[in-house]
Amino acid sequence: MSDKPMLSLKNVTKAFYPGTVNEKIALNDLSIDLAPGDFVTVIGGNGAGKSTMLNATAGVFHIDRGSIMIDSVDITKLPEHKRAKYIGRVFQDPMTGTASNMQIEENLALAARRGKLRGLGWSITAAERKEFRELLSVLGLGLEDRMTAKVGLLSGGQRQALTLLMATLKKPKLLLLDEHTAALDPKTAAKVLEISDKLIAENDLTALMVTHNMKDAIAHGNRLIMMHEGRIILDVSGKEKQELTVEALIEKFSQTSGETFASDRALLN
Amino acid sequence: MVDILISGASQGLIWAILALGVYISYRILDFADLTCEGCITLGASVAALLIWQEVHPVLAVLVAFVAGCIAGIITGVLHTKLKIPPILAGILTMISLYSINIHIMSLATGTQGTANLSLLKFSSNVLYTKVGALMGMDKMSAAILLGVVICVAVIGLLYLFFGTEIGSSIRATGNNEKMCRAQGIDTDLTKIIGLALSNGLIAMSGSLLCQYQGYSDVNMGVGAIVIGLASIIIGEAIFSKAKNFMLKLTGIVVGSVIYRVVVALVIFSGMPSTDLKIMTAVVVIAALCLTGFFNKIGKRSSLDKRDQHVKDAKKEEG
Repeated sequence: MSDKPMLSLKNVTKAFYPGTVNEKIALNDLSIDLAPGDFVTVIGGNGAGKSTMLNATAGVFHIDRGSIMIDSVDITKLPEHKRAKYIGRVFQDPMTGTASNMQIEENLALAARRGKLRGLGWSITAAERKEFRELLSVLGLGLEDRMTAKVGLLSGGQRQALTLLMATLKKPKLLLLDEHTAALDPKTAAKVLEISDKLIAENDLTALMVTHNMKDAIAHGNRLIMMHEGRIILDVSGKEKQELTVEALIEKFSQTSGETFASDRALLN
Repeated sequence: MVDILISGASQGLIWAILALGVYISYRILDFADLTCEGCITLGASVAALLIWQEVHPVLAVLVAFVAGCIAGIITGVLHTKLKIPPILAGILTMISLYSINIHIMSLATGTQGTANLSLLKFSSNVLYTKVGALMGMDKMSAAILLGVVICVAVIGLLYLFFGTEIGSSIRATGNNEKMCRAQGIDTDLTKIIGLALSNGLIAMSGSLLCQYQGYSDVNMGVGAIVIGLASIIIGEAIFSKAKNFMLKLTGIVVGSVIYRVVVALVIFSGMPSTDLKIMTAVVVIAALCLTGFFNKIGKRSSLDKRDQHVKDAKKEEG
């Protein structure tokens, strides 16, 4: 493991609707370093800035102040599609991560060219088809026999599993999972989480996973951060993280933020 | 009577190129592009100007294609870089082309404000006459032959192009932009390329039309997009089961030919040709309503199918 961080956010600030009554400081002078191989779960109430942190990293919008580095490359000013070279993403809405009118294999072929210049070569080759079939069979969802089916026909869980595969097909330097199991039923969510764990471990990926489910946040990854009002208010890793409980997290939250944990979803899970 | 059918079919084959262009923007990119109306005249005017300069008609068609591509690029840049909504971006290019087309035609005559350009004096330098002379055919047979050859070539090239990495990225852009950017696709670029190709084909269709009818007129593009849509809708209705991209494209050509043949028959039966545009609009409205109606019925069965898939998947998962 090298000393250089894989992801480094330095003093990142982002305000939405600046200068209006609706001004909202979504990220407030936020800094965090992720070491290579870190799998960090992110929790926090609604509006804490979890998704904003991921979207700022992915380049959905530009930040107001601060810098973002991936593996020592400054990506602060790069547009979203250029950052995709380094970043794999899975979204909350299963519809977002795939092209529903295109076939399963076509979607994978698009993902296989992430970070490469697209030219007039064929969009998919026979060798790729074979490779995709093998990769899909590992998911255990039977998708390997439906490679030419339109993705729109798949269930939410299948689409998220496919998106995960697409995000990791070209090994990314950073994997961003933005509540990617929130729209799924508990059983499917568990299966998708299991696939996520497996892909992250096998490819030795650095990952950030936002979740509303505290149990998941504790059970997965090697490090946990809690956000509140655009800052990180808790950052635990290693043994300390393994010993966390949901009750302890809620207690910590009210201590640090001076408020009670405001998300029903987090408590009910 | 047979003459009317053949003339309708030959025009249908020319308008089919326009319909294929409209298909790229409207269906593949999901971009209602009104550049089309100015672009068909642009192609016609450019070709007419070049034929007046005694340039070879094949070269005139190619230059018209390039001119159309440029118009498409302008609409694309207005939309992607200046953030102007699609319909407005198209209208702005279309209205600018009105003035540009008059300038192009004025270049040929040397008189400012030339709104139409006849090819009567240059009829020996027109594609259809040349092909007719070469093959020893009359003009109408030459038009059919040429129309079929060009449509087959364009469909073949489009089929190949949309199977490439860039082509596939353009299809994905029309489908899910957010996913495209996450996969490293520059969606601004794919939209611009798609619009360039679409308008290139539309201008090419204009350059053929002007040689076929023997003139270019600044108002010849009015309603062109509706005609393109009518052809697409008729084609899709007839080839509704087509899954293969090549068949879908072929369906559009068939739709365009059917549309033109019907128009020829309606005019033959005594309807004034000035009523044609409202008739076309009514056909498109009716077709859109009917496809909505059929989709509802169709959707019910495809929803059942989807539910079945989801159930199967759940079973496998659990």
